[in-house]
Amino acid sequence: MLHVEAGRTSLRLDIFFSFTAEDMMTTDSLTPRPPAGSTSTTEVRRVNPTLQAIRDNWFYRYIIFPIGQILVFVIGAALLLTVIAYAVALIFPVPDPDRDIFLANQISKQLPGMIISGIGIGFVYAMIALGYTLVYGVLKFINFAHSEIFMVGSVAGYVLTNLLASSGAIGEISPFVLIPAMVLTAMLVSGTLAVVIERVAYRPLRGAPRLVPLITAIGLSFVLIDATRALLAISGQPFNMTYPTRELPYLGSPIALTFNGPVVGGFNIGGTSYGQITADGTVLDEWQVEDVTYSTITVGGVTVGGESVKIRDIRSGETEYESVLVNNTDLDVIEDGANNVNVRVTVVIIVVAATIMLVLLNYFVNGTKIGRGIRAVSQDQATAGLMGINVNLMIAITFFIGGAFGGGAGALFGLNAGTVTPYVGFIPGLKAFTAAVLGGIGNVTGALLGGLMLGMVESFLNGTLAYFPALGQRYTDIFTFSVLILILIFRPNGLLGERVDEKV
Amino acid sequence: MRTKKFFVIVLALSLVLTLGAAMVQAQDMEVIRIASQSPLSGPQSVLGISIRNSVELAIEQLQEPLNELGYTVEFIPFDDEATSDVGVANANNIVNDAAILAIIGHLNSGVALPSSEVYNDNDLAMVSPANTNINITDRGYLTVNRICGRDDTQGAAGAAFAATLEGVETVYVLHDTTAYGQGVAEFFQIEAEAQGLEVLGFEGTEEASNFDGILQPILSQEPDLIYFGGIYSQTGIFISQARSAGYEGFFVGPDGFDSSEFAKLAGDAGVGTYYTSVAAPVTVYEAAEQFALDYEEKFGEGVQPFGAQAYDSTAIALAGIAAAIEANGGELPTRAQVAEAIRATEEFEGLAGSVTFDENGDPELANYYILQVVSADDAEWNSNEVLSTQAIPSPLMAAAMSS
Repeated sequence: MLHVEAGRTSLRLDIFFSFTAEDMMTTDSLTPRPPAGSTSTTEVRRVNPTLQAIRDNWFYRYIIFPIGQILVFVIGAALLLTVIAYAVALIFPVPDPDRDIFLANQISKQLPGMIISGIGIGFVYAMIALGYTLVYGVLKFINFAHSEIFMVGSVAGYVLTNLLASSGAIGEISPFVLIPAMVLTAMLVSGTLAVVIERVAYRPLRGAPRLVPLITAIGLSFVLIDATRALLAISGQPFNMTYPTRELPYLGSPIALTFNGPVVGGFNIGGTSYGQITADGTVLDEWQVEDVTYSTITVGGVTVGGESVKIRDIRSGETEYESVLVNNTDLDVIEDGANNVNVRVTVVIIVVAATIMLVLLNYFVNGTKIGRGIRAVSQDQATAGLMGINVNLMIAITFFIGGAFGGGAGALFGLNAGTVTPYVGFIPGLKAFTAAVLGGIGNVTGALLGGLMLGMVESFLNGTLAYFPALGQRYTDIFTFSVLILILIFRPNGLLGERVDEKV
Repeated sequence: MRTKKFFVIVLALSLVLTLGAAMVQAQDMEVIRIASQSPLSGPQSVLGISIRNSVELAIEQLQEPLNELGYTVEFIPFDDEATSDVGVANANNIVNDAAILAIIGHLNSGVALPSSEVYNDNDLAMVSPANTNINITDRGYLTVNRICGRDDTQGAAGAAFAATLEGVETVYVLHDTTAYGQGVAEFFQIEAEAQGLEVLGFEGTEEASNFDGILQPILSQEPDLIYFGGIYSQTGIFISQARSAGYEGFFVGPDGFDSSEFAKLAGDAGVGTYYTSVAAPVTVYEAAEQFALDYEEKFGEGVQPFGAQAYDSTAIALAGIAAAIEANGGELPTRAQVAEAIRATEEFEGLAGSVTFDENGDPELANYYILQVVSADDAEWNSNEVLSTQAIPSPLMAAAMSS
């Protein structure tokens, strides 16, 4: 009884999507209801019965809420980084003195592209991070072989699509059948592999000191890489496994998005505001425009960033400004700024597939009996066992789900990258682990947030570091991990993590 | 327990017997070994295995002069995994085998540079079929030779060619941060600027599979041409992703693009890509016709670029060893003697042209080719079109000619 009490009052790992730990308890018959009036949350519930009714609604809980949460994270991460990027652009308006490039202009041009690529890779990280975090949730150890489970998923996706391609049938299969089939195959293979690994390598070590399964996991990781290499070599597959995307023309052509809108702005040079530019591109007063190329983006009526114009001072005839920074306050409408952004189809596929999988995971963990069992095991293994829950089965199922997510992410990643190798898992695996820690390991929502944040940070760094001389994109990882260190200094348990006493 | 012990004893005995038998056999003729180092596993193994196979074929076909002198030549291939640590570890093993008198390798300059320090410390001669980094030979080691061109010339040749392409005013330069990729990209940049092209960016990346983020500054600046100093396993994927993200300009690269794997990885996006090379497809060399047939017969697959060069490197090494033996009065020469004999190679007529080493071990005159990928089918790789061929002297040779 004492255990149950403890589990209720200090819930350490919330493996579910919800506002608060108490919120989920309303449908959780395993946990006894808290005594009336004793906590603040019960008061909230009393005050707001309508809200509570909405929260209890099936459609809201399992469809609207998780999707809304994903949207909030995506938009939040994108907004945060956009603001930071423009702030950096304010501090370093022209990062390279040798070149006439205004950082703000480039950010404006690249913004949609950076956000979309950030979302794409962010979802991949998030899906892999889920595997780390789920396993940590139930067993309190880091399954370092997870990056190889991801790799096996990407290989499984390749094998299936390649088989279909060599039989010549792949072009005739509808993408709405082919891609789910590919992802499901990869999920099944990787999920099964994860269960086998758990049974063979981790279960015998369950009582062992914490470091033992950790080392086993690292060892397994090498075994999986080399076993895959050997299997591929035996079966005559090449080392670089290229997904047959060339047979699928719908993947090759990008989706073109055009961001249209009037450019609103004035321009200033060194803080002084000069005249106005009229619609035909000439500057009133003494300034003459020599070259205007406006393509600033306006989203929802708000123009972000500015553009550069080349102007000349007619009065003296001498002073020539190669470019000026346009700010968005004083100018009249000049012309329509059109900005074309090409989105790779595979990125859209990743986002859609990941969203569907996350919604299903949320339902599974929060809406089913097995999910409740997993949560119970994650809270207290021994007590869960006493309550009649098959702990081993629940752990196996957790491994299956985590592995399946890794495998699905692997297949999607492979489709996006085009080519996979037996070594493909290492970097994404490491980054996803980072994402899991960033979000708060053991916390599913945290894995999602961490993955999206990491992907977005990476994408923005790639997009902006290119303009800094002596830095460049190869420093992306250094900055990414510095962000991680900074966040962990202030929030040692990750963005959404709760205080956990155990050491990893 | 008892049976286990028994097995161990039997195994040990059989091992001793086999070794003994091997040694008895080997005593008939003195054994000289030639080692090769190239990536036999990993993403670049397609080229590396072809190098190993070509060396094997060369030793098989060309060891007769040495047999007549009373020596037999054995071949020991090493896998450097395209990694400098592994290359150096192998190098230490290689120098400890006294029978090894020459080493053919590597594929990657970044691996060859540290490994050749080990060879040079032990006077072991290296003949490289493929290393183009300038520092390979510019260190002036007696032991280090190559039969191919150099990155300074290759990068410049690429930039000079890029400037002739219609409508190209701006270029974006990428490299893979290795000694080879960054080296050749830097020389491309220097020459591109000299040719009046605007370089919009110079970026290094180790990313191997997801280029979405890296592409954003490129897409927004819309360069007319992208130069990627790197190896096909990375650049092929990059090109495929850049095209599917809507990039429409030219792609130019160095000889790291030169593998049929490139066609597989880049697919349709790779068709039309230009690359410079120090090695043309084997079909270009008339003298290599028989070699290509022999190779295909023995290994059941087509020879990759640098195969003919690996064959030539081995031939030069074997000829050098033979010359050293003769100079030594039929006795087994020291490694230093072999290194000197190899460096003294003059007008060696190989499959891929004539080789005379200059004082640094560069070929006095090296061929540079500009090629264009014609098909997304990897079986068609050897029919890539040679747009131009230039024979350019090595820096030492050029200095000697101008003075």
